[in-house]
Amino acid sequence: MATTTRALAPKPPGTVLLAAEGVRKFFSDDTAPVLERIDLELRENEYVALLGPSGSGKSTLLRILAGLLQPSEGRVLARGAPLHGPNRQVAIVFQGFALFPWLTVYQNVELGLLATEVPEAERRERTLRAIDLIGLDGFEEAFPKELSGGMKQRVGFARALVVQPEVLFMDEPFSALDVLTAETLRGELRDMWSDSAMPTKSVLMVTHNIDEAVSMADRILVFGANPGRVRVELKGLRPTERREKSPARTRLVDAIYQVITNPDEDAEQLVEQYIARAPTRQRRKAEPARPRRYQALPDVSIDDLTGFVQYLSGIGNSGPLSDLARDLQMRGETILRIAEATDLLGFADIQERSVFLTPLGQRFAPLELDAQKTLFRHAVLDHLSLMREIVHRLEASQSRVLQAEEVLAELETSFARTEARRQFETLIDWGRYAELFSYDDVEGELRLDEEHYNA
Amino acid sequence: MAQPIAPVVTEGRAPAAPVVTSPAPRWVEFILLCAVAAVTFGVMRAAAEWRAPLSPGFRISLSPLRLPYYAALSTLRMVLAYIVSLVFSIAYARFAASSKAAERVMLPLLDILQSIPILSFMPGVVLGLVALFPGRTLGLELAAVILIFTSQAWNLAFSFHQSLITIPSELTEAARIYRLGFWRKFTRLELPFGVISLIANSMMSWAGGWFFLMASEQFAVGDGRLRLPGLGSYLAAAADAGDTRALVYGLLTLVVVIVLLDQILWRPMLAWSDRFKFESAGSEAPSSRVLDALRGSRLIDALRSRVLRPAGKRIDHALGASRNGDTPDTDGGEVPPARRRRRRAIGIVALVLAGAAVVWGLVLAAHTLGGLTKGDWGRVGVSAAATLARTTIALVIAAAWTVPAGVAIGTNPRWARRLQPIVQITASIPATAVFPVLLLALLAVPGGLNVAAVALMLLGTQWYVLFNVIAGAMAIPSDLKEAATMYHVVGWRRWKTLILPAIFPYLVTGMITATGGAWNASIVAEYVTFAGHTTSTTGLGALIAGAAERGDFPVLLAGTLVMAGIVIVMNRLLWRRLYGYAETRFRLG
Repeated sequence: MATTTRALAPKPPGTVLLAAEGVRKFFSDDTAPVLERIDLELRENEYVALLGPSGSGKSTLLRILAGLLQPSEGRVLARGAPLHGPNRQVAIVFQGFALFPWLTVYQNVELGLLATEVPEAERRERTLRAIDLIGLDGFEEAFPKELSGGMKQRVGFARALVVQPEVLFMDEPFSALDVLTAETLRGELRDMWSDSAMPTKSVLMVTHNIDEAVSMADRILVFGANPGRVRVELKGLRPTERREKSPARTRLVDAIYQVITNPDEDAEQLVEQYIARAPTRQRRKAEPARPRRYQALPDVSIDDLTGFVQYLSGIGNSGPLSDLARDLQMRGETILRIAEATDLLGFADIQERSVFLTPLGQRFAPLELDAQKTLFRHAVLDHLSLMREIVHRLEASQSRVLQAEEVLAELETSFARTEARRQFETLIDWGRYAELFSYDDVEGELRLDEEHYNA
Repeated sequence: MAQPIAPVVTEGRAPAAPVVTSPAPRWVEFILLCAVAAVTFGVMRAAAEWRAPLSPGFRISLSPLRLPYYAALSTLRMVLAYIVSLVFSIAYARFAASSKAAERVMLPLLDILQSIPILSFMPGVVLGLVALFPGRTLGLELAAVILIFTSQAWNLAFSFHQSLITIPSELTEAARIYRLGFWRKFTRLELPFGVISLIANSMMSWAGGWFFLMASEQFAVGDGRLRLPGLGSYLAAAADAGDTRALVYGLLTLVVVIVLLDQILWRPMLAWSDRFKFESAGSEAPSSRVLDALRGSRLIDALRSRVLRPAGKRIDHALGASRNGDTPDTDGGEVPPARRRRRRAIGIVALVLAGAAVVWGLVLAAHTLGGLTKGDWGRVGVSAAATLARTTIALVIAAAWTVPAGVAIGTNPRWARRLQPIVQITASIPATAVFPVLLLALLAVPGGLNVAAVALMLLGTQWYVLFNVIAGAMAIPSDLKEAATMYHVVGWRRWKTLILPAIFPYLVTGMITATGGAWNASIVAEYVTFAGHTTSTTGLGALIAGAAERGDFPVLLAGTLVMAGIVIVMNRLLWRRLYGYAETRFRLG
């Protein structure tokens, strides 16, 4: 390791390389935005993480900053000049690697240089150097399909670094890899960054992994969903504090967990509570959530939901989220979604970073299937206003039938198109299980389940 | 000829070819040299032929000794037409995929073009080109090439468009962020991504070309009939003369040419294209001995490293560098304002021009159709009904026998391996060439051509259904089969709960292709010339063929419009819905 590292001796904030000003994004004719008024500056010598649940628009923002998408409102400035078309200062490492399967490793890496005016001899030299830097020596003539996931993503890194971008973008670069491989690559990236071995002046990383953000970034922007927006901005840890188990790190991780698990609360206050002991944190007032007519349903299947309640009841009605993720071998994000769903229905409470079954949840767990369904039906009607609304409309209809399009249209007043579709699917899944209605996908019709509704 | 693209089933798979190939024996180089010499000589001879003055009195010699020469000429025409088709399809599809507006106009247009039978193109093309090159064979040769083109091009365009719009978005984004530019994006991403389905569809296009070979080498001009030297006109002349022996010779030659092309062109192409497969996981790669031999050849090696690669590099540099920087950003629809304005202007101009062309065409068509009497329209209607009935019967019969047969073959791997090559060769014989022979027998059955036409249509189209059913049956997961067996789901119930639903999407795909094929085949099945006289029956195909022969443009146009209309309406109202239903409801995995 080099003796002077970037992050150990943080330079004063450098020039602004890239800035978003009041960026909003709508997809096609959606009424609800995917991104709501984003302001963001990316400076020299900065490693910034965009952290948030899926659907919070962080990947969309990355693509807007890269010039792959145009903002619907607001603008992007690259070194002060408005950006049109792909940003020349940026290279991207993709979640799915985005390697060309018919090109060799060498050709894939060289691809980044083809469009530049670099003469051939130098191109070759730089390509080989990038391959070498990233530990792919000897794989030059291999095709991507011969490589493991980790090796593939190394090619992705080499292709990005070979163009010597001012800013390196990474879109969930480790999430398609297994845990160990991801950890290895993260470590290598961290070393290259702190040794200034990379030609890059700053890094922007999209992730949903809190630990990943905390262990790498100098600045973390926590995103919320529906619409995608920055809920709070946090200063990252000093490198010495980034070690596992350092108290500062635990505090920061706690705070972020709080923010993410409480999507409807004021992120500022939550952070205040958790990092009060370390008052140097720099924060910024972020946009409050737009009021919505309906709660957002987490994307959780019935099996996961009921299984989770039963599991919790089996281990003494409560447990820390991180332990649950480990024991159930699920991603933290997934566990969080499931926990949110149980919370929403009143089966559980999320406090601190743990879940506790409510009396209702405890009653639910040991019941027979039919009794569970009855309880679930009441919970759904008590807590989900849209579900109530649907049942009312079904009742009001002569034929006891409701068109799916109506429900979708209703959802689209609050959610962007794809998210509305997802909400709809969860709604159908839960409603069918609750035996409130049946749904015919071919006809696109909801039909009241009269037997149970009247009962 | 027809779309959507049926999955092409290939037999005889082997593990992926080793990367390192051993040098090929010397005779490979020798054969290569001979082949190069033969092709050069052939092209020169053909060029001489084309420059020759047009001789209306030209007669096809029925001597079998002339067959290799005729076969070579026909193949050359097919190759030329195929090259034109390929270039056209790629350009057309690329342009259609470049903007939503273009797509909205160009895809339906392709649908219409696809549904127009080859003979309807004939009078216009022939008259135009003969007038363009008065007294020269060249005009006729070009006409033949263009007619073959109309039976090859459309499904290629559909397939490439389909590939373009299914490229994973991350790859497109990578291409944009690394500023590959139009040319490099095309050569590094779009073409490689589409190449496998292009090759599969090329094989179908060639089958379509052979099918209409007889129709595209002879032309009715005025009262007389012009023929070009070629295999198609040899077969036609043999049929005219009622010379069964010559007919059999011609047929054998055709089969030999088709099998040879399959071995030295398509199988190597399929094996080579395996490297462009997108998913790494999957079945074994197709193999080709010819390809292995070529890979080991020093001649090819030298050609590649001395000529092809440097030339490719230079072309890449020239074309890649000229349009450096931002690609026309079509994928996200995000375009800088200046370019957007320019594009809009171009779009408006194109729209105005296209609109003017459409209006002009409509006026012309209305004028032409104005000459038709009520009786003529009645005849068109009756003919359409007759052909509709025939195609329906042909399809029902095709489904009735191919479903049990295909399932039997597909669920039994041993049979599948043994029978598939045989089925494929049988299927590759263009039914049109067999028609005259069959006709002798079929005309004797009660109902004459009226019934025989159904059999002829069947001959031309049942294979699409069979191939697809086999593919569907092979794709039934073994755990489903085991589960069905465990729970004693046997007999009719097994068909109802397992087999029919599982093959349904494949069956629909096959039927769509077959319907298009049946309508197209009607023009050769309902109107047959044999031993000097023409036999025809009531039907839209006969109507069109007869009108083309007589140069009766109003009837030809009316018949064509009605046929295209029926095919398109059936596609939209029936097949596409059924396909969507099959995809959402019955697609496994």
